[in-house]
Amino acid sequence: MTGIIEKTIEQDYKYGFVTNIEQDTIPPGLNEDVIRTISSRKNEPTWLLDWRLKAYKHWLDMTEPNWAKVDYEPIDYQEISYFSAPKKKELKSLDEVDPELLRTYDKLGIPLEEQKLLSGVAVDAVFDSVSIATTFKEELKKHGVIFTPFSKAVHTHPELIKKYLGSVVPYTDNYFAALNSAVFSDGSFVYIPKGVRCPMELSTYFRINAKNTGQFERTLIVADDDSYVSYLEGCTAPQRDENQLHAAVVELVAHKNASIKYSTVQNWYPGDPKTGKGGIYNFVTKRGICKGDHAKISWTQVETGSAVTWKYPSCILKGDNTIGEFYSVAMANHHQQADTGTKMIHLGKNTKSTIISKGISAGKGQNTYRGEVKIMKGADNARNFSQCDSILIGDQCGAHTFPYIDVRNPSAQMEHEATTSNIGEDQLFYCNQRGISTEDAVSMIVNGFCKDVFAELPMEFAMEAQKLMEISLEGSVG
Amino acid sequence: MLNINNLKASIDGKSILKGINLNIKPGEMHAIMGLNGSGKSTLANIISGRDSYTITEGNVIYKGESLLDKSPELRALKGIFMSFQYPVVIPGVNLTYFLKAALNAHRKHRGEDELDAMHFLKLIREKIKQVDIDEKYLKRAVNEGFSGGEKKRNEILQMITLEPSLSILDETDSGLDIDALKIVANGVNQYRTSENAFLVITHYQRLLNYLKPDYVHVLIDGKIVKSGDMSLALELEEKGYGWLEK
Repeated sequence: MTGIIEKTIEQDYKYGFVTNIEQDTIPPGLNEDVIRTISSRKNEPTWLLDWRLKAYKHWLDMTEPNWAKVDYEPIDYQEISYFSAPKKKELKSLDEVDPELLRTYDKLGIPLEEQKLLSGVAVDAVFDSVSIATTFKEELKKHGVIFTPFSKAVHTHPELIKKYLGSVVPYTDNYFAALNSAVFSDGSFVYIPKGVRCPMELSTYFRINAKNTGQFERTLIVADDDSYVSYLEGCTAPQRDENQLHAAVVELVAHKNASIKYSTVQNWYPGDPKTGKGGIYNFVTKRGICKGDHAKISWTQVETGSAVTWKYPSCILKGDNTIGEFYSVAMANHHQQADTGTKMIHLGKNTKSTIISKGISAGKGQNTYRGEVKIMKGADNARNFSQCDSILIGDQCGAHTFPYIDVRNPSAQMEHEATTSNIGEDQLFYCNQRGISTEDAVSMIVNGFCKDVFAELPMEFAMEAQKLMEISLEGSVG
Repeated sequence: MLNINNLKASIDGKSILKGINLNIKPGEMHAIMGLNGSGKSTLANIISGRDSYTITEGNVIYKGESLLDKSPELRALKGIFMSFQYPVVIPGVNLTYFLKAALNAHRKHRGEDELDAMHFLKLIREKIKQVDIDEKYLKRAVNEGFSGGEKKRNEILQMITLEPSLSILDETDSGLDIDALKIVANGVNQYRTSENAFLVITHYQRLLNYLKPDYVHVLIDGKIVKSGDMSLALELEEKGYGWLEK
C-alpha cells in the first residue's frame, strides 16, 4: 500500500496547552492521611470521610483488572497527586473567575459567556477538581432542579447524597471505582423532582490540567418519578508527557416513569501520535439503574480521545417495562486503545435494551467492543437488540468484538448483528476518481458510519461530535 | 483530447507498458482489446491517476495539459471518468449522498452553484431511468448489495451524472448478462456526442457490437501491435490473439 493512508496518520492533538494558574496541590502519594486531608480540605462530614476510608481499605485488597484488551505501562499510584484545586474558590460570578482560565475555555472553543446567553445550556465548569462556575442556577431553582458541584451538595443535600451515593456503583464494585470512592475530588450532583421535565440540557465540561494529578470525578444523577433530564458531558485536555489517570464514577438513578439521557463527548489527550507516549488513561465506571417501572436510561458516547479507554456504561433494568439504551462511537487512531461497551442487566418483566456500537480503528489503534446482556430469571419477555459495527482505516489497526450473552429466562428475545468493514485505498481512489478529495471521502464514510449514534446526541453536541471526528481523523489519511 | 506518447510504466520494478502511443479526439470512441496481463487496466489506471505505478518514460497530454503530475481528483474534475472493473462498496454512505457530493465537487470546480437536495433529486430521478436503476438503490450504501450488473449500471449512472469529456470503460462488460449489457451499452450510446470521447477496454467484441467504436487497438505485452476499425474486433473474435503475438 502506498502513501495515502500513512500520510494522514501524522496529526497533532489540537487542544494541547497548559494554563498557568496557581494550583493548590497536595504532594503525590496515597495513604489514609491523604484521604483525611482531601476530606478536611473540603470540610466534609464524618460520614463521608468514613465512607472514603472504607473504600480505601477495600481498594488495598483489590488488584488492578487485566482482562481488558489494552496494554499500558503500570500505574504507580504513589506517584499521583490526589488533590488539586485552583486557589481562588467560592466565586459568585464569572467576573471573579481567573481571566487566564476564561482564556483557556476560549481556546477550547467553549465560550462560557456565549453559551450562557445563546444556547440555554447551564454549564457547571469543572477545572481540575473544584467546580468554579455554575450558571443558570435561577432558572433551575424555579423548577426545583438541583444541579450543583458534588462537594457542595454534600453540605446542602446530605440526605440525598447519603441515600444514593454508592447505591448504583458501590465502592466494592471494581478497582477503579474503589479508588474513586476513596479519593474523589468533585463532580456534579443532579436531582430532578417528581414530575419535572428539566427545562434545559445540563452540561459539564471537564478538563485535566494540573501536572500529575489524577482526575477522580464523581457524578450522581437522580430522576424522581415522572421526571426527565438530559445531561451532557464533554472534555478535552492539554498536552502532557506523563500518563494521567482518569477514574470517574457516574451513577444514575431513574425512578418510576423517569427518563435520563446521558451524553458524552470524550476527547482527552490521546498521547503522542508517533510514539503513543503521554495520553490519558480513562478508566471509567458508569452505571444507571431503572428502579421504578417504565423508567428509561439512555447512554450516548462519542469517545475519540485518551490513550487507553476502559469504559462500560451500563443499565440495570430493575423495574418492569424499563428501557436501557447504549449508543456508542469509539475511535482509536495512532496508538490509542479502547476497550468499551456496555452491560444490560434485565431483572424486570418486559424490559428492553438496545445496543448500537460503532468502532473506528485507524493508524495503529486497537478498538474493542465488550458487551454483556444478562436476562435474569424473573425477566419475562425481555428483549435485546445489539448491533456492533467496526470500520478499519489502513492495515495496521485492529477491531475486536466480545459479546457476552447470559439468558436465564426462555421467553427472552435476543438479536445480535455485527459487521466489520474497511476503508482502503480502493475506496478512497474510487471517491477521488469521482472528484471527491481524500479528506472529504474519509469524513463522509466515517460520518455515514456513525450517523445512527450521532442522531441520538443533542443538536449542539452532534455538531461538536462531527467536528471532533474530523479533527481526530486528520492524519489518518491523505 | 488525449495524447499518449511513448508511455512506459512499471509496477514493483516489473515493466508493464512498453511504449504506448495513442491519440483520441473529441467525439471518438477507441477500443483497446487484449488478453489478461497485456496492460489494458494499467493504462486505464495511469490515465485516471492511481498511484501504484512508476512512469519510466513518455507522457500523457489531456486537453493540452500534462496529466501525470495531477491528483486523481483533479483529473476527475477536469473531465476524466473511469468506469471501474470492480466498483467498490462504500459502507454507510448512501448513493444519493455520494452522487451529490461528487456532482457538487464538479460544479464547484466549474464555478457553478452547488445543487441543493431538492434539485439534485429531481436530476437524479431522470438519470436513473436511462440506466434502468430502481429508485430504491439511491438509498442504499454505494454498491452495497448490488449485483454485478447493477454495479456496472451504477458506474454508467455516475458517468451520465458527472458528464465527463473522456470516459474510460474498464471491462465494463465483464460479468454482465445480455440484458444488462444492452442497458449499459444503451446508456453509453446516449451519452455519445461530437464532444465526448471514450476509451473502451475489453477482452471481447461482445460489447463493441453495441457500441461500434471508431477505432480498435490490440494491446499485447504492453504495446499496441495492431490498430484498425470494428472489423479488427471481429477478426480477433474469429482468430483469437495468437496470430498477432511476436
